[in-house]
Amino acid sequence: MYDLIVIGGGPAGLAAACAAWERGLKRILIVERDRELGGILNQCIHNGFGLHHFQEELTGPEYAGRFVELLSQTGVEVRTDTMVLEVTPGKRVCMVGKSTGYREEDAKAIVLAMGCRERTRGAIAIPGTRPAGVFTAGAAQRYVNIEGWLPGRRVVILGSGDIGLIMARRLTLEGAKVLACVEVMPYSGGLNRNIVQCLEDYGIPLYLSHTVTDIRGRNRVEGVTVSQVDEHRRPIPGTEMDFDCDTLLLSVGLIPENELTRQAGIQTDRRTNGAVVYENMETSIPGVFACGNVCHVHDLVDFVTAESTRAGYAAADFVLGGPTEGQALAVENGPGITYTVPQRIRPGNIQKNAEIFFRVNRVCGKSRILVTSGEKTIARFSRTHLAPGEMEHIVIPGTLLANASGSITVSVEEAAT
Amino acid sequence: MKELICILCPNGCHLQVDEAGDYAVTGNACPRGAAYGKSECTHPTRVVTSTVRLLGGSYPRCPVKTDRPIPRELIFPVMAALDGVTAASPVHCGDIILENVCGTGANIVATRSL
Repeated sequence: MYDLIVIGGGPAGLAAACAAWERGLKRILIVERDRELGGILNQCIHNGFGLHHFQEELTGPEYAGRFVELLSQTGVEVRTDTMVLEVTPGKRVCMVGKSTGYREEDAKAIVLAMGCRERTRGAIAIPGTRPAGVFTAGAAQRYVNIEGWLPGRRVVILGSGDIGLIMARRLTLEGAKVLACVEVMPYSGGLNRNIVQCLEDYGIPLYLSHTVTDIRGRNRVEGVTVSQVDEHRRPIPGTEMDFDCDTLLLSVGLIPENELTRQAGIQTDRRTNGAVVYENMETSIPGVFACGNVCHVHDLVDFVTAESTRAGYAAADFVLGGPTEGQALAVENGPGITYTVPQRIRPGNIQKNAEIFFRVNRVCGKSRILVTSGEKTIARFSRTHLAPGEMEHIVIPGTLLANASGSITVSVEEAAT
Repeated sequence: MKELICILCPNGCHLQVDEAGDYAVTGNACPRGAAYGKSECTHPTRVVTSTVRLLGGSYPRCPVKTDRPIPRELIFPVMAALDGVTAASPVHCGDIILENVCGTGANIVATRSL
């Protein structure tokens, strides 16, 4: 019987396991399906990681390396090349590994840290032929940075998420010509700094409110058609532009990988595509926690680390101190809010402050973020700039939550200009 | 007055740089933003990250970076210099792979142990 089984050895799983060890758990197992720890950080060779957590600018492999080093100083057990097939509500984990075969292990607590995967062409239904040369941005990133292959010479990128922007620069540095980055929304889904240092530095045009409406080519991509879209994201006839390219990269969103979560009967939130969680990252099954991109897609690994550390501590507290009791407040999405994490807060379990992470549904200038309960406003925060591509977070002093009953609502009010 | 987005950290502060007033920066959340605003308007610099060929490792490429920012106009010369470099396993994170690349004073260092 393990104290804790952590499913996934990326940044979320590593931070959760280290935190649980630090809090006093002894029998901890990390199960990782890849052949080594670190997850997707290993292929993110660009810098910009760690400014919050380590107060210095690291590349992805360096950030992962720091945690692997920390982990090696603990007694945490690691099984790589091992795939979890099922998690039962009774906290039995069924797994299969190359060298260990099929195993079932029981745990007192479980941390779900499986991360997310990329949306593919099938998920967004682009018309056209089905030639080779259509890749997700992350797949291309692996080919270039780990395997050492250049996936194409003339590239169009659909979607302006961070991985797409990073790959625009990476492919340009490796000698490919990136013709355009095309975004269906009127704003970019990526960080501002990446628009500047990945597109503007290299003169790569960004077409907002545009999408790919045709892919041509029989064996290999020969070209794509890009059209402007209206406010309902419908292509506008007559606005077509043709690009001669051999490669189309897709950076069109990430989907938390929650097959195990759903199979276990854990309640999920269709807004985050992840588990519904309490303030300590506990799911609807007591003793099962979720953190990192499997819970909601983050912009920064530093925030994954912070969230997963809280999950690791909470898992240890559950094993050592028993279940958390107490009434929960539901956290509702008011106007302007796409989702919040956590979705539920037990005021009795708040040490000092309750942290709420959320995304807004449009770009806003100077704004106020309001937290209300019924008619009462319990907290307000001001911001100078909000964007859907940038996760926001507010810290509500626990004492203020005493004024709330039943539920609290988070909303955004943009100042009149 | 020039408007910039700070690229030093993911906050992406919206900076205003007064080019007439000795590049005074407003809108920055930290001192690094002030320095970035001035440097971006006078001599922009970037850290370059890429890979070099790796022999004998578990993968054919080893990730590397410049250990300090280099002038932006030297990004492509640095990439060209990396083209001919081959590292041999074992490489340790932080090992210098190429010294003083393109005369910039920056070293190319490994970012992963392989």
